Amino acid sequence: MLVVDISGLNKSFTRDKRALKDVRLQVREGEMVALIGASGSGKSTLIRHIAGLLRGDRDGGKIAVFGETIQENGKIARGARKVRADIGVIFQQFNLVSRLTVLTNVLMGLLGRVPSWRGSFCMFTKSERMRAMGALARVGIDGHATKKARHLSGGQQQRAAIARTITQGARLILADEPIASLDPASSRKVMNTLDRVNREDNVTVIVSLHQVDYAKDYCKRTIAMRDGEVVFDGPSTQLTPAFLQELYGEYSSELFANGSDDAAKPVAEPAARKDLAVATS
Amino acid sequence: MNSSVSSTSLAAPVLPPRDLKRSMGSMLLWAFIFGLLALSWEGADMRPMALIENSGNMVDFADGFFPPDFMMWKSYVSEMWITIQIAIWGTALAIVCSIPFGILCSENIVPFWVYQPVRRLMDSFRAINEMVFAMLFVVAVGLGPFAGVLALWIHTTGVLAKLFSEAVEAIDPEPVEGIRATGANGLQEVIFGVIPQVLPLWISYSLYRFESNVRSATVLGIVGAGGIGMVLWEYIRAFYYAETAAVMIIIIISVSLLDIVSQRLRKLVT
Repeated sequence: MLVVDISGLNKSFTRDKRALKDVRLQVREGEMVALIGASGSGKSTLIRHIAGLLRGDRDGGKIAVFGETIQENGKIARGARKVRADIGVIFQQFNLVSRLTVLTNVLMGLLGRVPSWRGSFCMFTKSERMRAMGALARVGIDGHATKKARHLSGGQQQRAAIARTITQGARLILADEPIASLDPASSRKVMNTLDRVNREDNVTVIVSLHQVDYAKDYCKRTIAMRDGEVVFDGPSTQLTPAFLQELYGEYSSELFANGSDDAAKPVAEPAARKDLAVATS
Repeated sequence: MNSSVSSTSLAAPVLPPRDLKRSMGSMLLWAFIFGLLALSWEGADMRPMALIENSGNMVDFADGFFPPDFMMWKSYVSEMWITIQIAIWGTALAIVCSIPFGILCSENIVPFWVYQPVRRLMDSFRAINEMVFAMLFVVAVGLGPFAGVLALWIHTTGVLAKLFSEAVEAIDPEPVEGIRATGANGLQEVIFGVIPQVLPLWISYSLYRFESNVRSATVLGIVGAGGIGMVLWEYIRAFYYAETAAVMIIIIISVSLLDIVSQRLRKLVT
């Protein structure tokens, strides 16, 4: 099944600079795809378009997610809010509401699913709260459920954001540089968590990454972007140093500086909580 | 060898040239300020000599205030309590209205064809002093505290809506985007993305407005809108200066106490 289907997508923020140029790509169910490229190459812009948070140019570009149009010809589709409920977005800056508790933040994932009035008054049933706690247990931070989000470390906040997408029951996770502001150990934990959600729940994951090592380690397929164009789309094993050198230009040397050698322990398996684990498919 | 930077080894310091444009500018500014003060002298009927010429009368006048007459203190305190109650209700109603109006004034939440007219409406609420509203409401709903509540309500809504919207416009947009990405609707984006961020500021602004509303409410009685102002006005008009002094002391004490309490609370939330 086609999860993401993009055709002829263009985006210009200003008249002379194109942020996305004729992007066309397809992602199938269960894939974990890395999106690489230098800063400003259009990775974040592309992810925001897929989530329907940004609109493309009005020249016929189209994005469909799970077969439903989310935007077409520069207009967000009517049913976009419904499609968004199936898409979990993870941001570089976590985008949690820092004054609310971790549990409340995770429950926010249900806003697109429960009746509006119930969501607006933050009235969630016991089973919904259990579902959120189960998600927190899966990412290994259920012990922090009642803390305010801002009191968590960056890595913990990012895992809370993943728990939000698990609670949401997202079938597609779009992660926009999820580890760019984390230390290597936290980065591994976050990537391991995404990897597990992908394998165990068959959730399709598109993750933009700055470090190529992570793309090679975690994703079979890599899409590389430069100046808003897709310049590579294929098995991550085919990424040659020469190509990467060309892709990143002068910055290429620092890309391989960190990554594989500081692998942290994988996230503790909350086996006892299996019964609470959320089936997301 | 630290002393190598001694001043004797250096040439005499050179002062930077005076910036003529700048000093001219500040001269002009001062000239403008003094010109404005001079121009306003006559209109404001400034007669400093009158203070000296009439100093004898003033001493007699001030003498009338002492000693303050607290005979009727119970009624002063109960009137002061009514004044505070007017401020409580006026502020509470204003807070409730300022939440939607404040959000509808924020340019990062609603399109310009919504925030522009709402802002103009709030401007007009704010432009008219509470006393003027009080006079109008006394005519509409009759003499008494209710007219005062209505007056404070309208004026404070105008003030708080502006302050609330300024807080909303300064929020961090990222958490809101995070909420939107889950498929939440617009109202839920505001409830969970915006309000948690602005709540401490909103509480602080509301308490501050409550303080100033207590001060405003003490004079609303002069136009017949209830509270201690009514008593004060009666005494001043009847030349009962000893009683006037007592009422003023009661006002000073209660307003200061409330200010202290409210300031403590404000520090607590922010």
